[in-house]
Amino acid sequence: MADVAMNVNGEAVRAELPDNTLLVDFLRETLGLTGTHVGCETSQCGACVVHLDGEAIKSCSVLAASVAGRAVTTIEGLADGDALHPMQAAFNAHHGLQCGFCTPGMIMAGVDMVRRYRASGEALDEAAIRHELEGNICRCTGYHNIVRAIDAAAKAM
Amino acid sequence: MYHVNYRRAGSVAEAADLLAEAEDGQLLAGGQTLIPTMKARLAAPSDLVDISGIEDLIGIREGDGAIEIGSMTPHAAVAASEVVRARIPGLAGLAAGIGDPAVRHRGTIGGSLANNDPAACYPAGVLALGATIVTNSREIAAEDFFLGLFATDLEEGEIIVAVRFPQPARSGYAKFPQPASRYPMAGVFAAETPSGIRVAVTGAGEDGVFRHEGLEAALAEDWSRAAAAAVEISPEGLASDIHGAADYRAALVSAMAAEAVARAASRKPKG
Repeated sequence: MADVAMNVNGEAVRAELPDNTLLVDFLRETLGLTGTHVGCETSQCGACVVHLDGEAIKSCSVLAASVAGRAVTTIEGLADGDALHPMQAAFNAHHGLQCGFCTPGMIMAGVDMVRRYRASGEALDEAAIRHELEGNICRCTGYHNIVRAIDAAAKAM
Repeated sequence: MYHVNYRRAGSVAEAADLLAEAEDGQLLAGGQTLIPTMKARLAAPSDLVDISGIEDLIGIREGDGAIEIGSMTPHAAVAASEVVRARIPGLAGLAAGIGDPAVRHRGTIGGSLANNDPAACYPAGVLALGATIVTNSREIAAEDFFLGLFATDLEEGEIIVAVRFPQPARSGYAKFPQPASRYPMAGVFAAETPSGIRVAVTGAGEDGVFRHEGLEAALAEDWSRAAAAAVEISPEGLASDIHGAADYRAALVSAMAAEAVARAASRKPKG
């Protein structure tokens, strides 16, 4: 067993976990944060994307023990009280979802790409957004509105 | 995933000790290949020795005529590095195209090299640039490091600490990704290095990454897209599988070589 402590959505959390516990299972099963989804389980689909110290990662491909001591943000930690994060509001406004399964990962990936492009000074245009979404799969084929939502959120963030 | 003992190493020396103590220990870097492999029960080490948090192994240092990249430096950091983008744009472009953004935040250069997947991108860059793999016990030239499919010259318990790249005059990488997996079906890295023109091919060879003498000779005469495209690429030794036959891969090697040279001439990093 591993004694794992980390910060999740601004709160210190701690648990005794089997060593082979994946970060996504710690978030969902131990903490009850079921907004982070498990889709393919093979690092292809991106439904499990969360932020580790502010960077997007696939939480199904990381052991909880190996990110002990670090800060994780999930979809539940994005809104400010009742006020949605601009990326969440944009997905709502632009109908960037149908079934909603991929949405938490899409939103976390969207926030990550906007921050990175802003930091580097590069333009996050439509082609760049589509390229950046390479690791996030939507099986409702709703990419047009997802791209529109991220584009709108980038201007609002 | 089967049961595994997780051990976090605070230093390279501690990692070596933990590995030596373990019954069937395995180093864990970013885990972007190893963790999915363990989840699929295709690997079941008794212990994982995590070296991804060892600070000495993370970062990019500019030296005398060379750039040294710590083995636990993630792909995203190499892709975004001002130093790498300015001095080895082909390598920055290669790193920017591995996996997807989330994978690039975790996956590391050392993990990629130690795994030596025959379709990984980094082995092509390391071999073409004539890099040196620095371990906790010695230095290994790229020529001697890659020994076929998933095989390297690394000994039991040996740990990659850094990769040293001599400054190339120019460098470029282009790959044709398999549409589903996004791993290259052919990836070509072309560079003008202190030891001459070097061209390495990944994704296409039956035995993993290799240098292509025909392309190197042609580009030494005339560094141009047309010169690369004019080289006859033999399908002998290239892989045939459900994604493509050897002659198709030969055509891809030709096209990617031409593109890599064109990118190198432009001196701008591209994915």
